[in-house]
Amino acid sequence: MIRVVLPYHLRNLARVDQEVHLDVPPPLTLGSVLDALEAQYPVLRGTIRDHGTMKRRPFVRFFACQEDLSHEPAETMLPNEVVSGKEPFLVVGAMAGG
Amino acid sequence: MSTVRLLVGTRKGAFILTSDGKRGRWKISQPHFAGWELYHLKGSPADPHRLYASQSSGWFGQQIQRSNDGGKTWETVGNEFKYDGTPGTHQWYDGTQHPWEFKRIWHLEPSPSDPDLVYAGAEDAALFRSTDGGRTWKELPGLRSAKGHLWSPGAGGMGLHTILLDANRPERIYVAISAAGTFRSDDAGTTWRPVNRGLKSQFELPDPQAEVGHCVHRIAMHPSRPDVLFMQKHWDVMRSNDAGDSWHEVSGNLPSDFGFPIDVHAHEPETIYVVPIKSDSEHFPPDGKLRVYRSRSGGNEWEPLTKGLPQKDCYVNVLRDAMAVDSLEPCGIYFGTTGGQVYASANGGDSWKAIAHDLPAVLSVEAQTLP
Repeated sequence: MIRVVLPYHLRNLARVDQEVHLDVPPPLTLGSVLDALEAQYPVLRGTIRDHGTMKRRPFVRFFACQEDLSHEPAETMLPNEVVSGKEPFLVVGAMAGG
Repeated sequence: MSTVRLLVGTRKGAFILTSDGKRGRWKISQPHFAGWELYHLKGSPADPHRLYASQSSGWFGQQIQRSNDGGKTWETVGNEFKYDGTPGTHQWYDGTQHPWEFKRIWHLEPSPSDPDLVYAGAEDAALFRSTDGGRTWKELPGLRSAKGHLWSPGAGGMGLHTILLDANRPERIYVAISAAGTFRSDDAGTTWRPVNRGLKSQFELPDPQAEVGHCVHRIAMHPSRPDVLFMQKHWDVMRSNDAGDSWHEVSGNLPSDFGFPIDVHAHEPETIYVVPIKSDSEHFPPDGKLRVYRSRSGGNEWEPLTKGLPQKDCYVNVLRDAMAVDSLEPCGIYFGTTGGQVYASANGGDSWKAIAHDLPAVLSVEAQTLP
C-alpha cells in the first residue's frame, strides 16, 4: 500500500482529509503512482499533470524520502521506503514566493 | 416575493449574496472553493438552480463546478479542454507564431433554453461547448479559423471573455476576445467571421482599422433587440445597430472612454451603463471618484451616477465581467471592484449601496432574479 500526501486544495477537490492509500501493482514508478492516484480520484486528472501531454504542471512538485523527484521521468522507480509504505509520496504545491 | 441571488467570483473564492426583492438587506455566503480563482459563475436561464462555475489555479489548473441546488452543493464536472485537431499557432508578443495553449476558462454562458447546454470561453482564446451539463467539452474550431493566426494576446492574456446568445435565434452567437475583437456565427458556431468594422485602435494597432486585433473589453446586448450591440473597447464606447456589421462611437461626454464592463438595463434597451477608468496606464477611476455613467439614449449623452459611491480617494478597478443587472422593477444594477466591494443599486443606478465591503478582488458578478 502506497501512502500519498496531497496538498490542501487537492485534498479538498478529492474530498479527503488525510493522506490517501493506493494499491499499485509493481513495478512502482512515479508514473504508475500518479496513474493509480488519478484512477482512484478522477477529479485530480489535469490538476497534477496536464491532460494530453501528461507532463507535470509547472508549480507542482514530487517529493519522497527527502528527495525531489519532480524532474525525474515517469519510469523512475520509487524508493523502497515508499514502496513498503514506511514513507509517503508527497505531491506538493510549489511555494508562491513573496 | 422575488429574491435576487448574486454570484460573485473573486481571486480567492466564490460568494453568493442573496436578498429579497426589496434588495435592502443582503446575506453573504461563506466562501465557496476558498483559495481558488473564480473567474466566472453563471446560472442557467432555463433552470436557475443549475449553476456553473469556473474554478482555476496557477498551481492546479482548471476545474468546472456545477450545482443543481442554487449553489448549496457542488460537483466537479469535466475539465478537459482540448483544442480541436492540431491546435496551430497564433501571433506571439515578439511577432513569432506561438502554439495555442489552454490556460483557463474566463466565461461560462449557459443556453437560454437547455440547462445542459453551456458554452465556455477560454484563454488561449477558443470557444468550447458542452451538451451534457459540463461533463465533456468540444471546441468549436471554426472560430479560430477567423484569422486566428493573427490574434495576439494583450498584457492580460488572450481570453475569450464575452459570449452572447440570442434566445430567439439559437444559430446566432457573438463572442469577444482580448485582443482579437468581436466575432459572429450565424450557424450555431460552425463558421465565424470578424465583425469589427468601424472600430479604430490608433494607439494599439499599426493599422487602426484592422479586421482583427482590437482589444474589445466587453460587449452587451438587450435580449429584446439582439441586433443592437454595445461595446466597451480598450478605448472608446461603441454601438452597432446591425449585429456587429458596423460600429460607431458613442463615447460622447464621458470623462474617459477607457473601461471594462458595459451593461444594458433590463427593461430599457437604450439605457446602458459603463464605469470610466482613467487610462490603460492607470486602472482606476478618474480623480479618485467612482462613478457609473448611464446613458438613456443608447450612448453619446451620459450622466454620472454618484450617490452612495465613494467620491474621493477611490482607486479600485471594475473588471469586465463584474457588472450585472437583475430583472426586477425597478431594475437592479450591481458591480464588484478589485478592492473587494460589491455595490448595488435597486433603482436603476440613481443611488448605490455597498452590500459587501471586504471580499477578495472581484472578478465577476452575475445576478439571478428568482420567483
